[in-house]
Amino acid sequence: MKELLTGNEAIARGAFEAGVTVAAAYPGTPSTEILENFVRYQGVYAQWSPNEKVAMEVGLGAALGGARTLVTMKHVGVNVAADPLFTLAYTGVNAGFVLVGADDPGMHSSQNEQDNRNYAKFAKIPLLEPSNSQECKDMVGLALEISEQFDTPVLLRTTTRVAHSQSFVELGERGESHTKPYTKTPSKYVMVPAHARGRHVVVEERRQKLLEYSETCPVNKVELADKSIGIITSGIVYEYVKEVIPGASVLKLGMTFPLPEKLVRKFAAEVKELYVVEELEPFLEEQIRLMGIEVTGKKLFPRMGEISQSMLAEKILSVTEFKELVDTSVLVKGVEGDPDVQIPVRPPVMCPGCPHRGVFYTLSQLKMTVMGDIGCYTLGALPPLEAMDTCICMGASVGSALGMEKAHPEMHGKVVAVIGDSTFLHSGITGLLDVAYNKGATTTIILDNSTTAMTGHQDHPATGRTLSKEPTCQVDLVALAKALGISRVVTADPFELDNLKNIIKEEAEANEPSVIITKRPCALLIKEKSSPYTIQTDTCINCKKCMKLGCPALTAGVETVTVNATLCTGCGLCAQLCPSGALKKAGEVIG
Amino acid sequence: MVNDKVTNILIVGVGGQGTILASRILSYLAREAGHDVKVSEIHGMAQRGGSVVTQVRMGKKVYSPLIAEGQADIILAFERLEAIRWMHYLKKGGTMIISDQVIEPVPVIMGLQKYPDSIVDRIRRKVLDTIALDALTIARNLGNDKASNVVLMGVLARKMGFPKEKCIKALEEKVPPKFLELNKQAFEEGWKIEV
Repeated sequence: MKELLTGNEAIARGAFEAGVTVAAAYPGTPSTEILENFVRYQGVYAQWSPNEKVAMEVGLGAALGGARTLVTMKHVGVNVAADPLFTLAYTGVNAGFVLVGADDPGMHSSQNEQDNRNYAKFAKIPLLEPSNSQECKDMVGLALEISEQFDTPVLLRTTTRVAHSQSFVELGERGESHTKPYTKTPSKYVMVPAHARGRHVVVEERRQKLLEYSETCPVNKVELADKSIGIITSGIVYEYVKEVIPGASVLKLGMTFPLPEKLVRKFAAEVKELYVVEELEPFLEEQIRLMGIEVTGKKLFPRMGEISQSMLAEKILSVTEFKELVDTSVLVKGVEGDPDVQIPVRPPVMCPGCPHRGVFYTLSQLKMTVMGDIGCYTLGALPPLEAMDTCICMGASVGSALGMEKAHPEMHGKVVAVIGDSTFLHSGITGLLDVAYNKGATTTIILDNSTTAMTGHQDHPATGRTLSKEPTCQVDLVALAKALGISRVVTADPFELDNLKNIIKEEAEANEPSVIITKRPCALLIKEKSSPYTIQTDTCINCKKCMKLGCPALTAGVETVTVNATLCTGCGLCAQLCPSGALKKAGEVIG
Repeated sequence: MVNDKVTNILIVGVGGQGTILASRILSYLAREAGHDVKVSEIHGMAQRGGSVVTQVRMGKKVYSPLIAEGQADIILAFERLEAIRWMHYLKKGGTMIISDQVIEPVPVIMGLQKYPDSIVDRIRRKVLDTIALDALTIARNLGNDKASNVVLMGVLARKMGFPKEKCIKALEEKVPPKFLELNKQAFEEGWKIEV
């Protein structure tokens, strides 16, 4: 039976069919939906871990224990999980272990566009790159087989367009899933130097064996057509190549580390012009050049962003002698834009009723230096709030606020860290521990909206529910902060602006570290909206103070501000800013 | 409209407008018609009230899940500004279906940028086959603003020549039973519109 599945759904299906029984992840676009889908299958265990490193460790424990295992994360998550990954590459596995790393060329929802294929080379583990959903499903099975045959973790690397595009997948049955026995083997699993030296030898031997395997690996395919142009490619770009240069010969690489040297040489020798087309880094190109083969790659294609069909056509046409092989229909111009119209941008915004809005409004009023973090609240950096100075990686806010304070003691009282609840549990705890331990006076604001909002509302250790929606223990953030050594811990309602402002001022000015927990659930999780506000047009003096909130439910008009009643959630922030009392909640209006 | 060549449909709107359901119904119909189908969606940060685009491609064999600029046969726009923003993706001679609705982006709400006037007229000047309708009011009259996406699907399905009974079946498959009756009515309203 064929189903239209996203790459992520197909990976979940592939893991199910291949008998994976344990899966762990931390949510991150574009990888999140893999586990959300996998957990729906019968007979499997899947969990959200607090962060990617723990997910990797849960996964490696399961794989060493003998269960086929899936661990998934976004590209930057692999940075967090790199420590266990590099040594798991030494110990090898017992049952199959596949790590799915989802890259984001073009940074649709990420802070950088690192090319994670380099991790495979760095950790000396095999790398697979699917081009569509069918390959996503099939390659999970193949990755597990390679993992078991060569006793190694395997990296399956997707990109946003593979992960979030739907294409047809032939569904199969669930295969055998029996957990292998575990045998205590310290020389293999206890990586003290004496053992690790021995394992490094094994790793190098394995690399050689994998190199030989790649020559016959079924996902490395030569598709010979006109030999005037030969293109080596992988992942989503393969689909663009097939569409735009249908006449060219293609070496489609499904396994991109280690590269099949003989196959590449043979292909290169058969074609007149040789190109390598890949997004981001010259990962294939460098390996091919090391073979002594001259190839055109990054001389034509950028290291930044995504490749499009039209870019592919233009770039190849700019150099090839065989222009007739390129389908130029992709370059036919469409409808022209209207040159007389300035189209306003539509950036993502905090939702109406978002509990973060009041916090960032207050921070902007107090002119604080705000060390930021990763989540919906990063939108607090955008106008009109503009109340964020940095955004680096998960958990960075707390440590970096301490660093800023140590560099600039005179900024005391003017620097805060802001971090979401899920992000705090991911990697903010250790930062806060550092603040307490090293006698900082940093104020950390934990924006507790009781969910992992940005990636689509996943549970975490403070929500009281697991990935499979079972009730579980719930971490107490106040008690946790106190246990780390912070004695000033306050909880505040982000909808009460005056109180919030006083608390932030007081805590920031204190000569010891503090934590403020602003507590309100994500506006998207609230099913029953409070009644909306309305504007009393005769009272509104059009001062536009409320507009400083950047609320999508408020519109600036010539005479007065107006409230969009469909969008308004009744949070009441605007009414607190209104000097003339023109904003009233429906029901409060008299007359 | 659907033949051996790949047909490209761009669905554009604002995060939260229900473009995803529209693409699910469309891909179901394409599949029932025996086509290869690919769909590409945007997830994550852009969904928070930002400009969103879903791409649906169908035909004998589809490689790329993305539509190249200037290659869309039809743009189904859930909002005026998004229609003109993506207009250059439309093929010459293509069709623009616009829900004549306004959702002001934050820079406009703030009074920093101006929401362009006469968008539908401007589009009509460039795109002969422009179908504009007030899908939001139609849905509101049926009792639920959210059904405007299915009103638009009614227009699109008729324009593309899908059989009506297949469309109803698609709704039965893709819409929760609770909202099925409402969405069937919404679809009817869209289907009625002259294309």
